[in-house]
Amino acid sequence: MNVSRILAAKPKNLVTISPGQTIRDALSLLAQFDIGALVVTNEADELVGILSERDIVRRAVVEDDIMLLYVGDVMTKNVVVGVPQDELINVAHTMTERRFRHLPIVEGKHVLGIVSIGDVLKIQRDAYRGQIDTLETQIMADNH
Amino acid sequence: MSQVGTKGNPLRVAIIGAGPTGFYTAEHLFKRKDLVVEIDMYDSLPTPFGLVRAGVAPDHQKIKSVTKVYTRIAQKPGFRFFGNVKFGKDISLEDLQDHYHQIVFCTGAQTDNYLNIPGADLEGHFPATEFVAWYNGHPDFRDLEFDLSQEKVAVIGVGNVAIDVARILCLSRDELEKTDIADYALEALSNSGVKEVYVIGRRGPVQAKFTTPEVKELGELEEADVFTLPEEMELDELSLKELESTADRGTARKVELLQSYAENEPTGKPKQLTLRFLVSPVEMYGDDQGHLTGMKLVKNKLYATDAGTLRPAPTDEFEEMEVGLVFRSIGYRGVPLPDIPFNKSWGVILNEEGRIIDPHTGEPVVGEYTAGWIKRGPSGVIGTNKPDALETVEKMMEDLKTGAYLQPSHPSAADALEMVKEHQPDFFSFQDWEKIDEIEIERGEAVNRPRVKLTTVKEMMEAVGKQTAEPVV
Repeated sequence: MNVSRILAAKPKNLVTISPGQTIRDALSLLAQFDIGALVVTNEADELVGILSERDIVRRAVVEDDIMLLYVGDVMTKNVVVGVPQDELINVAHTMTERRFRHLPIVEGKHVLGIVSIGDVLKIQRDAYRGQIDTLETQIMADNH
Repeated sequence: MSQVGTKGNPLRVAIIGAGPTGFYTAEHLFKRKDLVVEIDMYDSLPTPFGLVRAGVAPDHQKIKSVTKVYTRIAQKPGFRFFGNVKFGKDISLEDLQDHYHQIVFCTGAQTDNYLNIPGADLEGHFPATEFVAWYNGHPDFRDLEFDLSQEKVAVIGVGNVAIDVARILCLSRDELEKTDIADYALEALSNSGVKEVYVIGRRGPVQAKFTTPEVKELGELEEADVFTLPEEMELDELSLKELESTADRGTARKVELLQSYAENEPTGKPKQLTLRFLVSPVEMYGDDQGHLTGMKLVKNKLYATDAGTLRPAPTDEFEEMEVGLVFRSIGYRGVPLPDIPFNKSWGVILNEEGRIIDPHTGEPVVGEYTAGWIKRGPSGVIGTNKPDALETVEKMMEDLKTGAYLQPSHPSAADALEMVKEHQPDFFSFQDWEKIDEIEIERGEAVNRPRVKLTTVKEMMEAVGKQTAEPVV
């Protein structure tokens, strides 16, 4: 099962922010949409970074004026990205091992959507439930 | 007028597609406490159950036993089946909007992924799904012709469908007679000239999608020896790492089995089944008449994506494979429905958690939903559609509460029946299906087989006593 299965049914409103906006703007968006990360894009709508709650927390500890900082100065620039053909099991493993919770899915530099660790858990749970249901039905089948 | 969803005003739902997802959707709806619902399930075929009847391999009868669950759902009061009624041909979206509060599309994936290489249009190259539908007696595919006199056959892909095709090509007459394979296919396959079958995967044994029980079955065929190539069974660094870190015990067992096949010696069985890995077809060749005669394969090596998936990249080493019949089994693909927003690149209905979305506004289309493979994409086992259908039903219930449902001009069950009779007088009810089921099982008992299928709509109509139109002379 690959990542496009998650994106196919996911709400399509990708929340983005530009590097020139401020952390105050970012916090507003995170709160408004109840999400944990923002995809940072340039004028050409290309991915240039990702700004997560953790990025903001880490910086807030050393910067009193965190609200006034630009997104471009706080975001993570070396973003780990996924492609639609990435397999769920590999994505789950990478996110766990490398300790990040949001994976932007791209086609070239264009962002198709973002997959969170919550999305991955949900679809894995559904996949396992489905397999168990299928196997149980077979095991309990009358012998013909 | 009482609230929709109560005894005086039942919620009227149309489900398009009578495969597993359609039935799971119905099941979740019937399970809701305090909801009075009436469900009409439509299918373009006279028979229900979708790929369980037309896709699951004929020698996998246990998997088919899930239909007992669907039959129990179909027997609930408030459920009706309308078979032989095609959405887009016999009934339109407007017809449904006039008669139902909510409509759920569960039409699955009716076609397959295309292989974009030179020569792919040569005669002799087919989608595996057509071959499967043919041997399973699907009325729309039963008249296809496959040149089974060919000695060498290849199956491109290493999922469970590919393995099914390879296995069916290798079964003996004895083995076939224990299945519910269509009788014309039983004859054709028992008399085939097939001697060598190749299953071709572009990645390695660790990444192959077919599951362990299927691999084990290959080692137990009466008339075929199974092989893998030792050099393809040696795992590269990345695959070894994947096996240790992400793969489960099941995958390890599968790889061990595949590796054991590299040590097999021919035992004199009439057929040879070889599983090939790390090769992709790049070109198909043909003769002057446009018939396939062979393929060029490129050898692949694996690399890791950013997110950790191992994917194939071509090397500069090639090989030639002589083969006269090829089945591509590289994934199913959804087909767009008339008037329903569709995401072309992913082959799914445009949706969010099952609510169909208007591409112009980004807002849900009132009363329209989707579930199953046409919602998420074609992967997972039969049961995976059950939690998927639940997600959709939960959204339907949310919308019922907020009043976001259709206002049909003719909401009664009687009106809907009239509408169907008008558009497709030859519709099949669930009782009609039960009659067909009985007849098929009876015919099977006469020859010691699980069933002998009826494979044309005409036969089915005659079996249930419907008048068939005389052909126009």
